[in-house]
Amino acid sequence: MTAVTQVRGGRAVRVGPVSASLRWRDAAVPVLAFAALVILSAVSMGRGDFPLAVPDVLRTLVGLGKGPQEFIVLELRAPRVVVGVLVGLAFGVAGALFQTFARNPLASPDTLGITTGASAGAVAAIVLTGGTSTGAVLGGLGIPVAALLGALLSGLLLFALTWRAGVDGYRLVLVGIALWSIGTALVDWLLTNAEIYDAASAYVWITGSLNARTWDHALPLALALAVLLPLALAATRTLAVMQFGDDTARGLGVRLSGAQAAVVLIAVGLVAFAVSAAGPIAFVALIVPQVAVRLTGGSRPPLLASGLVGALLVVGADLVTRTVLPEALPVGILTAAIGAPYLLWLLVRGRRGSTL
Amino acid sequence: MTIETGLAPPTTATAPVRLAAEHVRLAYDDRVVVDDLDLELTEGSFTAIVGPNGCGKSTLLRALGRLLRPTAGQVLLDGRAISRTPTREVAKILGLLPQTPVAPEGLTVGDLVARGRHPHQTWLRQWSRDDEAVVAEALAWTDMTELASRPVDALSGGQRQRAWISMALAQGTDLLLLDEPTTYLDLSHQIDVLELVERLHAERGRTVVVVLHDLNLAARYAERLVAMKDGALVASGTPDEVLTEQLLADVFDLEARVLPDPVAGTPMVVPVRRLR
Repeated sequence: MTAVTQVRGGRAVRVGPVSASLRWRDAAVPVLAFAALVILSAVSMGRGDFPLAVPDVLRTLVGLGKGPQEFIVLELRAPRVVVGVLVGLAFGVAGALFQTFARNPLASPDTLGITTGASAGAVAAIVLTGGTSTGAVLGGLGIPVAALLGALLSGLLLFALTWRAGVDGYRLVLVGIALWSIGTALVDWLLTNAEIYDAASAYVWITGSLNARTWDHALPLALALAVLLPLALAATRTLAVMQFGDDTARGLGVRLSGAQAAVVLIAVGLVAFAVSAAGPIAFVALIVPQVAVRLTGGSRPPLLASGLVGALLVVGADLVTRTVLPEALPVGILTAAIGAPYLLWLLVRGRRGSTL
Repeated sequence: MTIETGLAPPTTATAPVRLAAEHVRLAYDDRVVVDDLDLELTEGSFTAIVGPNGCGKSTLLRALGRLLRPTAGQVLLDGRAISRTPTREVAKILGLLPQTPVAPEGLTVGDLVARGRHPHQTWLRQWSRDDEAVVAEALAWTDMTELASRPVDALSGGQRQRAWISMALAQGTDLLLLDEPTTYLDLSHQIDVLELVERLHAERGRTVVVVLHDLNLAARYAERLVAMKDGALVASGTPDEVLTEQLLADVFDLEARVLPDPVAGTPMVVPVRRLR
């Protein structure tokens, strides 16, 4: 075909009955991000009281390590990094889904109150059962399950309150802000009534931390991603059309209410499992899709690239908090420190009316 | 002028009916906008729906394009209830252009037009040779090939409307519904867009329904006018039959002279003053 490059920005790729239009940056960014992620993860696993070189870490990961190295890498350090990777992946993809869906770069699980719901659940589990015997239900569930339930509950509330024969992006953001303030009020109320020791540990959780993660934290999130990530990627084609607004999308044959419900529920599920594993690591879901869309140069946040950039950000921020900063801070403090100025820049830069 | 209950005029009676509204009632929440309306659109016709602001013409168009579900009655596409036809099937037969469509920031014209192929594609077959040929042709036909790599948001209003029409063309539907495609355009670009739509009808055999505000342009380009007032269909027929001084007074509260357009010979409205 001669018209290949004139018609679309991408190159036509056709193998048998399979065909697509691919832009090289859409392929190159995920590949490079993945390579960088492998290296950064290996560096992160090598750092600590017993330093290991990157080749040693990589050798251990593929099963060629020596006894003590194997224990240090696979049992002590890998779970933390793997949880970081999975959480970043989930937040990045969920952020891209929300922002594309709401046609608004400010839509994210942070601003929509979903992570706040998780915080309320987790803080309740910490505070209400704290120290003594008032344990009851929440304590028995444990913090991750309480956080998961909190996130799912606020996510479903968000969906139910926004739904009117479809989900309007603008309404989604407004309902989300309302839920966010309710969740914040709930967290504050629980904290003011908490024992000082409980309040301190609740605060660490709210910030989002990868400290003392084990494979038990990674497994549920890995399973959730195994189900939800393919579903999200399968929705890519529909998302591309949903960007045009409801009428055009329906005119092009999209079953809009079903597609909207699917996208919101996939995103809520991703956030709920991620936040349950590591707490609400602030701003990752907000900034990552916007960084990824600038890297790929497309018209909407790319899902896979957003996930990989999210993983890079979380693992990188965790590495910095552990090694460069004088004190071992929770990773969420650093992502918030990067994220808040970025948010201001996004607002000051004044994007077009249709997106903000 | 033929005051009538809504059946198609005899001039097009031989062609098959493609799209029809049967006793439709259209409402937003509890507010009924259109009640018990009948309309038939035949193969290869070019119809303009006219009427004062708030008469329900855009609402009717939305219902014809299955964007709004009637609370009573039904819309039939090729004799089959459109609400019970899979929306993807409908999208292969009927294309629509909303009043102010939005393109995402940074999307190129080529990629916009390529989205018109959506109903014909699957997850595996996202950009077939057919798709590419149809899109290239749609761009060429609307004179947009040179602008294919430009972002839609960098185009002028007239060019942008051409890009959207190009996308509708790439969708490859027999029927095309357009909601005020000339809004916000200056007169020469209004003519440009309507010439394009007229060519779609004449050269590509599209059945066209367009909501228009400008009566003179509607009379010049459409074969058939449908006039609405207060959610009811008041008149339907050729521009000569519909655009009479009496109808302008009844429907638009307008005292006007109707003269033959010196260029096209179609009726031309020259307003005198507003009545009441």
